[in-house]
Amino acid sequence: MTDIAATAPAHGHDHAHDHDHDTPGFFVRWFMSTNHKDIGTLYLIFAIVAGIVGGVISGMMRWELAEPGIQHLVGWAQFFDGAAGEVQAKHFWNVMITAHGLIMVFFMVMPAMIGGFGNWFVPLMIGAPDMAFPRMNNVSFWLTFVAFFMLVGSMFVPGGSGLGAGTGWTVYAPLSTSGSPGPAVDMAIFSLHLAGAASILGAINFITTIFNMRAPGMTLHKMPLFVWSVLVTAFLLLLALPVLAAAITMLLTDRNFGTTFYDAAGGGDPVLYQHLFWFFGHPEVYIMILPGFGIVSQIISTFSRKPVFGYLGMAYAMVAIGVVGFIVWAHHMFTVGMSVNLKMYFTAATMVIAVPTGIKIFSWIATMWGGSMSFKTPMVWSLGFIFMFTVGGVTGVVLANGGVDTNLHDTYYVVAHFHYVLSLGAVFSLFAGFYYWFPKMSGRMYSEFLGQLHFWIFFIGVNVLFFPQHFLGQQGMPRRYPDYAEAYAFWHLISSYGYVIMGVGVLIFFANILYSLVAGKRAADNPWGEGATTLEWTLSSPPPFHQFNELPRIA
Amino acid sequence: MKSLKTLVIAAALSLGAVGAGHAQAPATPAEAPVATAPANPAPAAADAATTAAAPAGDATYVPMKPTPGVGQPVDAGIDFQPQVSPVGEQAYWFNHVILLPVITIITLLVLGLLLWVVFRYRAKANPVPSKTTHNTFIEIIWTAIPVLILAVIAVPSIRLLAQQYEPPSKEALTIKVTGYQWYWGYAYPDQGIGEYVSKILPKDKAEAAGEPYHLAVDNRMVVPVGRQVKLIITGADVIHSFAVPAFWTKMDAVPGRANETTFTANKVGVYYGQCSELCGVDHGYMPIAVEVLPVDKWEAWVRSKGGNPAGVEAAPAAAAPAPAADAPAAAPAAAPAATTTEAAPAAAPAAAPATKN
Repeated sequence: MTDIAATAPAHGHDHAHDHDHDTPGFFVRWFMSTNHKDIGTLYLIFAIVAGIVGGVISGMMRWELAEPGIQHLVGWAQFFDGAAGEVQAKHFWNVMITAHGLIMVFFMVMPAMIGGFGNWFVPLMIGAPDMAFPRMNNVSFWLTFVAFFMLVGSMFVPGGSGLGAGTGWTVYAPLSTSGSPGPAVDMAIFSLHLAGAASILGAINFITTIFNMRAPGMTLHKMPLFVWSVLVTAFLLLLALPVLAAAITMLLTDRNFGTTFYDAAGGGDPVLYQHLFWFFGHPEVYIMILPGFGIVSQIISTFSRKPVFGYLGMAYAMVAIGVVGFIVWAHHMFTVGMSVNLKMYFTAATMVIAVPTGIKIFSWIATMWGGSMSFKTPMVWSLGFIFMFTVGGVTGVVLANGGVDTNLHDTYYVVAHFHYVLSLGAVFSLFAGFYYWFPKMSGRMYSEFLGQLHFWIFFIGVNVLFFPQHFLGQQGMPRRYPDYAEAYAFWHLISSYGYVIMGVGVLIFFANILYSLVAGKRAADNPWGEGATTLEWTLSSPPPFHQFNELPRIA
Repeated sequence: MKSLKTLVIAAALSLGAVGAGHAQAPATPAEAPVATAPANPAPAAADAATTAAAPAGDATYVPMKPTPGVGQPVDAGIDFQPQVSPVGEQAYWFNHVILLPVITIITLLVLGLLLWVVFRYRAKANPVPSKTTHNTFIEIIWTAIPVLILAVIAVPSIRLLAQQYEPPSKEALTIKVTGYQWYWGYAYPDQGIGEYVSKILPKDKAEAAGEPYHLAVDNRMVVPVGRQVKLIITGADVIHSFAVPAFWTKMDAVPGRANETTFTANKVGVYYGQCSELCGVDHGYMPIAVEVLPVDKWEAWVRSKGGNPAGVEAAPAAAAPAPAADAPAAAPAAAPAATTTEAAPAAAPAAAPATKN
């Protein structure tokens, strides 16, 4: 592979662990990076920052929802726009739900899973010196970075009834076309374009790397499951994101150039947008969770000191989830006015996904069965993941039934469902992965006590936060409401308390990071013992700036 | 020509007979003028029928008070709202007798297995890990059993869908629902009730009326108990969604489409719902209220709106002799209704329901 760093001038920023090459200077290293580990680190920092922004927004939403009526929105809207009144305040609510959704999906979970852990550990796990296209890797990151600022920037420009795009993360036409004049929605669309382009480049990079740069002897069927998960995810990205790009490009032309793709008055159809969006959007949810499956598989195996049970079944279950994930999209649109035959098909197809998902759950349990388990922080997060993902999964089976979804569609039941699979599924796997690989990435051990405390507080917090939302949904509470009838007040208040508990957990997480970076014990090459069998544990902690100059051979 | 005249008279007779059937006893005197309708100037006959029928029900319509715990959420409630439609009861049964037990058992099974492995295979209890990595039999089992469970779920699920999509009966009451930013418009084309607007009731007025704020509206949709209602739903500006949880009803109001859905409310009362598709600033402030009334009271409401409760029967009667050039004159009351009915689907490129079940 091209070795840019080797030609960089040597100076005083060298690190002790660089055996072969000098590391480039600060600016070149972090702003013009071609090193997969540095780019991974950038992605992780970026995801944490975006997560804070998205998390603060959700905190504001839970604060407003703690009791019926509009309490704080007007003041917040005035912070952006001094002249804001009640209309702008309600618009600001829609801006917050939009921003929270887009930030968490595109700028927190995806960058952390794929950009962060994928970049860091796919090359290490397959015994490659770097990614196949190091410069393109850098482009991916900075496009994501610009996309994020584009999205945040859209909150400061007019979007119809107030500042910002208030369309929901789904950006449904015609609310996003004729319903939202002003540049905010255009900016948000551009932001999605950039983030999408970044992800497509990243996907190409991962597919090429995994197919071409495996160490001798590392056959596809010997790859760690995390690499499998990133491979499947990359294919989903590659196939799904162009459809999103097409859909939102047509939104742009409808908005600005007089086309009528989504306008019935000109022969178009608003429902076409929904089909295109969800053809991307459903694979997108697997894009967010599949790398989490991979992370959890590695951790369960490591801390049970046992190889993964049913490796091939696990790998091909992910492939199956990816394939089936492309043919179930319209279950997001059950109330849009589809024919009954279509609804029956999408009901049946959606339920099929429960089968490979079930295989994964049972295989994780079977991996632990007969193992010799230790309950370090990454392991408790993984155990929490399995249970919480199961809860979110079974409510997904309920929602899969088109006839039942009639009542629950667009209610808080759906909100509870997708937060159980994402906020308690994907995010749990992110924390698990973070604790698991933190010693490898930083060379320092995290505080086990703070890690366990973080888990339990966060676990209690998110359950108090999201479980009552099932009740609200069954009672009929619709999504995306800044205000609600008196009868919903009780569970909304409990839910908001849950946010506070969760917030404390997150603060402990940050405390743990700071503590560990400053005063954490030096990490051994392999702090997890004989259960950790993947290649990254054969390297130093942190790994050298360039690893595997001599390729490892896999028996 | 003779046969044509017979046809017209027959149509008028059937119109009169049906009208009498609905108007009950006080309408009997009106029978004669209606029967002679083809001979006389038609409007007079229709007027006579209306005035004669008027005293039949309650003369005035007074909005009903909601029943606590019915048709609206309850404080700290956790379950679905009580269902008052056959489809709702069916769906509720499906969820509570099949889905909920199945997902609870699966969740507890996974939790139980997790707790067991954590207890039994902790490093202290099991210092030497086994080397087992495959067991084809158990892998087949945990693939096949979920397939069977899903197959068992699928049968009632598909049946429920089929029930929801059964084509509406001929007697169904048609209501055209239009979603606007940010209120609802309801029209009863067959009763001759033009579109009226239904907006959220301000907090003070809602409280004065003893209704829940956020859910109460100024003008409700009013339907007769036990009669199937066919909703033709569209959106005027952006997508809205018409939802009434107590009927298990939800259908998007999409601009340029006329979506169709049905419900039958079997219990008198007031049932609330809320817009269920993000539609802009006041998405949270365009509730839905459906008032289900006994037939006579519903008829009184129709008259209070200037409509004719019997119109729905008049429409087909008028349609039958339509080929005759002079026939429409026989039932002028039905004429506007007939045109409205035709106009509504005309605006609709795609009506939703498929017929095969």
